[in-house]
Amino acid sequence: MPTLDHFYRVMLRIRLFEEQVLAWFPKGVFYGTTHTYIGQEADAVGVLEHLAPGDVVVSNHRCHGHFLAYGGSMHALAAELMGRQTGVCGGRGGSQHIQWRDFYANGILGGTMPLASGMALAERGSGQAVIAFIGDGSLGEGAVYESLNMCALWSLPLLVVLENNRYAQSTPIARHLAGSISGRFEAFGIPVVHEDTTDVLRIYEVAGPLLEQVRRSGGPRALVIDTYRFAPHSKGDDTRDPAEIAHYRENDPIGLAASRLPADIVTSIGDQVGAEVAAAFERAKGDPPADPTRLAVGAGNAL
Amino acid sequence: MNVLQALNGALRDCLQEHEDVFFLGEDVLDPYGGAFKVARGLSTAFPDRVITTPVSEAGIVGLGTGMALRGLRPVVEIMFGDFLLLAADQLVNHAAKLRWMTNDQVRVPLVVRTPMGGRRGYGPTHSQSLEKHLLGAPGLTVAAISALDDPGSVLKHAVLEDQDPVLLVEHKMLYAQDVLPLGKETDLTIERLGAGYSAYRMSVSGAPAPEVTLATYGYMAELARQALLTLAYEHEVFAEVVVFTRLSPVDLSPLLECLETTHRLITAEEGTLSLGWGAEVAARCLEATPGALRLRRVAAREMPVPAAGPLETAMLPQTEDLVTAALELSGKGRAS
Repeated sequence: MPTLDHFYRVMLRIRLFEEQVLAWFPKGVFYGTTHTYIGQEADAVGVLEHLAPGDVVVSNHRCHGHFLAYGGSMHALAAELMGRQTGVCGGRGGSQHIQWRDFYANGILGGTMPLASGMALAERGSGQAVIAFIGDGSLGEGAVYESLNMCALWSLPLLVVLENNRYAQSTPIARHLAGSISGRFEAFGIPVVHEDTTDVLRIYEVAGPLLEQVRRSGGPRALVIDTYRFAPHSKGDDTRDPAEIAHYRENDPIGLAASRLPADIVTSIGDQVGAEVAAAFERAKGDPPADPTRLAVGAGNAL
Repeated sequence: MNVLQALNGALRDCLQEHEDVFFLGEDVLDPYGGAFKVARGLSTAFPDRVITTPVSEAGIVGLGTGMALRGLRPVVEIMFGDFLLLAADQLVNHAAKLRWMTNDQVRVPLVVRTPMGGRRGYGPTHSQSLEKHLLGAPGLTVAAISALDDPGSVLKHAVLEDQDPVLLVEHKMLYAQDVLPLGKETDLTIERLGAGYSAYRMSVSGAPAPEVTLATYGYMAELARQALLTLAYEHEVFAEVVVFTRLSPVDLSPLLECLETTHRLITAEEGTLSLGWGAEVAARCLEATPGALRLRRVAAREMPVPAAGPLETAMLPQTEDLVTAALELSGKGRAS
């Protein structure tokens, strides 16, 4: 099992990366928009610390944390946001369309689930797992249920990590979701573990056996994690009650992990990660912009 | 051999030749073998790689995309082309985009096949030619089989050789039609133009130089064939037909060559007229031959496809519509 200081470091890399994104957005160095993962770091890190080579990760519009926890390059992600040639996808995808090795993110909510299922079908019997991150908002999309049905029917090796951050963009869960989240998986006969926690150690602990069951082709499993995002859905679009945000901030996954570590370790990791983030963004900023002469490369059979 | 047998044989060959080929769709297992029987016998011969699925068009197109991303070569059957809109997001926002969006880092060798079209009385939601809604989606090849030459080879090309996603449209009236071979076996001469998703040129054997060029695809090629013969034998108007297999991306070079001689173009499609394939073809031909082109578009009327025979016949384009258009353009019709 990884040590707590390792968990802390990986979570902090995400936190400080995202804080830098929000800090630099007003400077106009990024294109488009972004969806930060601040507050949800324990989910990605607790689950993806179990990754084995060849495992597939399917992510969504809020993908920076998943990508960094997967092992993706901080510099390449920053460069992608800035539209640089050195970006993960050369500036074509931007913040929510990231692909590297066996990591795939797409900004169409829930639309990733059929793809994840197909990859799981292709990996059936290989011992590999497909891990799909979705959120409570995606539970409004029909493609999710078509996918759960097929995965359960065919015992496909898929772990669904449902991060319930209690909002679909600006709409609270009470206004967009009927019934229970777990019940949705249970309806398809998919075993589900439901955790209301921001403790990375707890998430790591429960994700391990679920992934083992998935790898042994015991069929799909679901891990529902109740969480909260501390930052806006996107950038400046937060209409939530500040008191509510403050309430959930008391369970900050970073603060929780830090409280279990010696102060000098926390300080030293903080310094190292801070320097790493600063260097990644400065380097990305100096990289050459995406190259319009390569625009048509890989555009299929376009004439 | 009819078109159904050609397609069935091609699928059998694909499954036989490559163990990465999978076939998925609703109701595709034997003894049913798919709603139009294109899959008949496949599940018996390849039980592990022919998968019958829930009624989930978005789900199974996405499933195929995911399989393709992991190196398989899935063929997904959508029972009726009308149901394709349920999978439009999976086609346009996932399968078609993935290669380019990831900076050419991944490929999606997915084939989605589906029967389109009317003339069988299935009514408004089971008779449409909806392909125009998916033409022009960057990264998605849309091709339509016809009865010409070897429709099975088009399917095999899509499954085994194309590394990018392909939507293959099969007009349901084609299935029972006999394959029309290349050459001069009948009153017609059929030539192949190019390789892969080839276009074809049909003309009346031994006729003088054509005065009119019809451009079309799919089952409308059969109506155009009939129009060609009627025009020649009853009106002494000589025409030629260019039959396209690949609709999108658009490559009109074989057509432009013909128009250099005829300067008269009729586009023919079974979908509704507005903003259709014919409009794009006409626009490009006009751009390429400024001031020198006379034009008619033949297509369905702007309404849903009716179920009752007389209504459906009145709504869909017929052979006589092509004949009339050709007579007008050639100066021998009433409205010339």
